[in-house]
Amino acid sequence: MELLRSVRLQSRSEPAGEGYLSERRVAAHLTSQTLSEFDSKRLLSGVGVPVVAETSVDDPAEAAVAAETLGFPVAVKLCGAGLAHKTERGVVRLGVETAQDVRTAALDLLAEARRQDGEVSILVSRMLSGKRELIAGMARDATFGPCVMLGVGGIFAEAVADVVFRMAPLTRADALDAISDLRTQRLLGEFRGEPPVDRDTLAAILCRIGDLALDRPDVVSVDVNPLIVVDGTPVAADALVEVEVP
Amino acid sequence: MSKDAIIERFRPLFDPRGILVAGVSSHPGKFGFVAAHNVLRFEFTGDVWLLNRDGGEILGVECVSDVSQVPEGAVDLVFVCTPAAANPDLLRACASKGIRAAFIASAGYGEAGEEGMAAQAELVSLCDELGILLAGPNGQGVISTPSSMCAQIVAPFPPPGRIAVASQSGNFVSSWLNYAEHYGVGVSRAVSAGNSAALSVPDYLEYFAADPETGVGLAYVENVPDGAAFATQVRSAAERKPVVMMKGGSTAGGARAAASHTGALATDDGVFDGVCRQLGVSRAHSIEEAFEAAAAFATLPLPKGPNVFVLSTAGGWGVITADAITAAPELELMSLPDDLRAAMDERLPPRWSRNNPADLAGGETRDTVPDLVDLVVSHPEVDSVLFIGLGIQANQGRAERSGRFYPGHGLERIVSYHERQDRRYAEAAVEACERYSKPVLISTELAITQPDNAGVARVRELGHMCFPSTIAAVRALRHMTRYAGWRERRDL
Repeated sequence: MELLRSVRLQSRSEPAGEGYLSERRVAAHLTSQTLSEFDSKRLLSGVGVPVVAETSVDDPAEAAVAAETLGFPVAVKLCGAGLAHKTERGVVRLGVETAQDVRTAALDLLAEARRQDGEVSILVSRMLSGKRELIAGMARDATFGPCVMLGVGGIFAEAVADVVFRMAPLTRADALDAISDLRTQRLLGEFRGEPPVDRDTLAAILCRIGDLALDRPDVVSVDVNPLIVVDGTPVAADALVEVEVP
Repeated sequence: MSKDAIIERFRPLFDPRGILVAGVSSHPGKFGFVAAHNVLRFEFTGDVWLLNRDGGEILGVECVSDVSQVPEGAVDLVFVCTPAAANPDLLRACASKGIRAAFIASAGYGEAGEEGMAAQAELVSLCDELGILLAGPNGQGVISTPSSMCAQIVAPFPPPGRIAVASQSGNFVSSWLNYAEHYGVGVSRAVSAGNSAALSVPDYLEYFAADPETGVGLAYVENVPDGAAFATQVRSAAERKPVVMMKGGSTAGGARAAASHTGALATDDGVFDGVCRQLGVSRAHSIEEAFEAAAAFATLPLPKGPNVFVLSTAGGWGVITADAITAAPELELMSLPDDLRAAMDERLPPRWSRNNPADLAGGETRDTVPDLVDLVVSHPEVDSVLFIGLGIQANQGRAERSGRFYPGHGLERIVSYHERQDRRYAEAAVEACERYSKPVLISTELAITQPDNAGVARVRELGHMCFPSTIAAVRALRHMTRYAGWRERRDL
């Protein structure tokens, strides 16, 4: 199992090469692509997943205007279908406070774009304020079909490894049970001055991700990571949807 | 399929009017002998026919040398020990005599390379065509205590009860039947699915859920070839009755390689765990845990809530039990209600713990324990009770009875008092459990170390489970409480 896992992790960031990758896995890897962060979130928002307010623009000046409209501070990111792992690439600027800084950030990020990134844009998002981060997602299991995941830890999810799965579709009871199955229940209650996590909203998010998997067989996987808890309500700060390429 | 249709479909396999054992051997070392021996030895209630090519007498039964000698309609089930190559003709002949089910113990099928796979595919379509319900092949057998049927090529034959076993590995059937024999918590049906050519574990679980003789399904699975069918069948079984399941190996392939964290985190085990939770299945991680959970479901009412009360006749056990309850997300170590504390104060000396866990601190007189058991179990806030400390007096009695001072020095009288007391404690726990319809879990290591202990033996006589440790009891109670909650949240 560990072996398979490490292979899967590797397959996200490296091209399929020699080694343990089976033909099936290689094939799966080569015939899917990730949507840009902006398109991923639009897709999720379209099915009812709460998503951070944001705007996609093409140049630094528009980015500054967008930031003024959204309200400071903002996150400024380079966005494109080929940019699945922005943090690793260093193309994310968080907590940008002024219009001038937004312009500078956007200029820097555009300079970071590489040819293989394909078409890119600048994504300006409102900064979400919350101490707790969750991860939600969907993966297609070879035996049980599309399975929805909920986990603790946002970007630390793989290290924390407190995750639960349910087959799609999920009933509300299934989703509420999944939330209760997380080991780190204290994180879901009142936490450092923040109200408890709104379990109904969180359950609805899980149900909707499950429905999406059934309605859209071409969606290979979904990551909502992090899902930040803002005043008790989970909101998607970043997301990545992987779709099959015909 | 409706409940009645399912029962009717499986009746020839689990409640046949008669059995034909095919491939019977006169050599006591051969499976064909053992199968016939077990059917006869455990006094199957229907007719038994033995088929041996050369005829003759085996175990006092005149064998038939051809299926044509079996009267039409006398037999529902053929237990097949003949070589795989002989089976198609045998099954055709059986079908013509009205035989409607076959348990195929023969090897040489799906487990035996490409040729075997082909033979297995032919077997499945032949049975389909003949209208024969096919169990196995390459399985160790089927048992059914309501018919006293032990059609299997291994021991044991368990006492009757309400646990029904289906397993992809025959070893697990044996293990669980051995536990059933040891603890005296019995079995209704058991089947080794063998290669699961036509019937697989979820099919049997559906039958168990419909079967009035069965209270809980206990299953072992290795591979799940069709996740969607598995989910549908197992969910419908769990909606009717508890299902306890163990799983070995990994599923067909795990999550599809995906460019996502979710895909990376979707291990086979994590997904299967979630699937079990969703379907209402109690997933166990060891043979012991699985049996103990099944025994709890088979013998105890479901708790109506999470509140656990620990009643202990002595200190340390209660403390570690409380720790285990506190660590269990399903359970609540309830605080001791004031009215219950006051009522207990009246019956105990002041040194008792005055808390949950209730440590009676050796403060009991003749009727204290039975009184307290009733008091605690009847309290409306208590959902389940762990009773700890059974058998201590009888254990001392045993030392006295077997020593050189016995029966003098007043020992004869005190030993019989000790044993009587422990029997009364067992009775009080079981009675309260039944009267108030709440689970009372009795546990002591004497269940293993001294099964003839008067208290332990009494629990067994009353058809209840004496858990081998408080930790095992807490683990079983977690399964019960979780399942009860799963049902409640789905309005079942």
